[in-house]
Amino acid sequence: MRSKYSAFAAVPYYVWMALFTVAPLAMVAVFAFTDESGAFTMEHISRVGEYTNVLVRSVWLAAIATAICLVVAYPLAYIMSRQSGAKQRTMVMLIMLPMWMNFLLRTYAWMTILEKNGLINRFFGLFGIGPFDMINTSGAVVLGMVYNYLPFMILPLYTIMVKIDDRVIEAAQDLGANPLKVAARVVLPLSVPGISTGITMVFVPAVSTFIISRMLGGGGNLLIGDLIDLQFLGNAYNPHLGSAISLVLMVIILLCMSLTNQFGGDEEREGMLV
Amino acid sequence: MKWLSRTYVWVVMFFLYAPIGVLIFFSFNQSKSRSNFTGFTLDWYRKLFANEIILQSLVNTLIVAVVSSVIATVLGTAAAVGINSLKKGPRALVMNLNNLPIINPEIVTGVSLMLLFVMFKGGLGSLGLSFEFGYTTLILAHIAFNVSYVVLNVLPKLRQMDQFVYEAALDLGCSPLSAFFKVVLPEIMPGVLAGFLMAFTYSIDDFVISYFVSGPTSQTLPITIYSMTRRKVSPEINALSTIIFGVVLMVLLAVNFHGARAERAGRRRGGAAA
Repeated sequence: MRSKYSAFAAVPYYVWMALFTVAPLAMVAVFAFTDESGAFTMEHISRVGEYTNVLVRSVWLAAIATAICLVVAYPLAYIMSRQSGAKQRTMVMLIMLPMWMNFLLRTYAWMTILEKNGLINRFFGLFGIGPFDMINTSGAVVLGMVYNYLPFMILPLYTIMVKIDDRVIEAAQDLGANPLKVAARVVLPLSVPGISTGITMVFVPAVSTFIISRMLGGGGNLLIGDLIDLQFLGNAYNPHLGSAISLVLMVIILLCMSLTNQFGGDEEREGMLV
Repeated sequence: MKWLSRTYVWVVMFFLYAPIGVLIFFSFNQSKSRSNFTGFTLDWYRKLFANEIILQSLVNTLIVAVVSSVIATVLGTAAAVGINSLKKGPRALVMNLNNLPIINPEIVTGVSLMLLFVMFKGGLGSLGLSFEFGYTTLILAHIAFNVSYVVLNVLPKLRQMDQFVYEAALDLGCSPLSAFFKVVLPEIMPGVLAGFLMAFTYSIDDFVISYFVSGPTSQTLPITIYSMTRRKVSPEINALSTIIFGVVLMVLLAVNFHGARAERAGRRRGGAAA
């Protein structure tokens, strides 16, 4: 339906995007390079360098969480994709169900499990071991990331793998490939688009989170997100520095995405909209 | 191999559900302890329903979700019609802009909109008008990240549609507008509905963006949950989690059941035709 009128239907949306997508991001860029009086300055951008340890920690913890998600999700997605239709539907539902609970509640659940007199420590206490310091560690932050974002890895992998024809795998087996070879030479190459989508979908929210680190990481595991939050709503109020850090975060994410897009191909957004 | 994969699925499911199970279990606990079960009670549920802050924030959440997703659906559907009639180059540009809020980390979207609204406030303030953070900012911000999903859901339906149907309606004397409502809209309705539902659920669940743009009088449920987790132990959160889990479970079961029935009906019809 391409009439001369239909093109105009999107005009309100173009105005909308100019106002609420482009203008806000442009403001972040402007704020990052100006001071309170509006004059150009590199001060805030260069001050981001003071927080290199926080940037490195964010990327490092998010990368570990993404790797764990991939390792855990890959076999599960494959198992799911080889089930009958009804079973597949049930399993997809079971994966999505926790995802639909607010992530604050899911993270809160881990707070109660990991804390000093939480369930795990009480369990070990029965045998006279512990208590262990589990909460307020970087390990707890990684655990929170894995728990919250694991479904974002499982679902895109599953949507790609379900398209792999059983006969392709059988053909490989008939031609003498052992299970390991089938996995490495057939399933893995066919599932690459799912892997790159999954990595992006886990890494981006993980590297920019500030709730998980605040609830499970205590004060000692500040991430980029916490820094940004502190500049906008915290005591350190300084939107110029906050904007500069936000810009750096966007650059980190763009780098990560262009890296995974190298392997992505056309089916990039597949499974994203669950 | 069969038992190995079955065990693996159960282990992952246990990981996903154990924390939620713990939350639910302790919502019935008499004492405030998060690890010591002293006896069964429904007190926390009673307190929850007497808690006006929580009830008010639930109302706020629903208002913001309904208003923002309805506006986003209208805006996004019109936009999709317009975008569909664009040539390849401009369309790619518009789609990149459309996907920007999805790709961008939520925290960056949040602070960028906050900057925009702060500027709004200053600009209107100098004109003697007052502009406060509240429903307006929340709804505008929610539309800003919702509408992308509507466009992404409607566009494929438009592309699948037979464009000659629309032209036939015009040839038979329909005006472009009535041809849209009588012919095109029914055809793309599944996409419009899917877009609306996605916008609605994302709006209900959003914390990060709301956190930066909400005012003191317009707290949504996720924001209230956040402030509850920051304060001392309160088993009301557990009761709230249990209720939310129950609601999500029912919705998903209903959708799943409906899907299974539709599929079976479709198969039967297909069988009869053959």
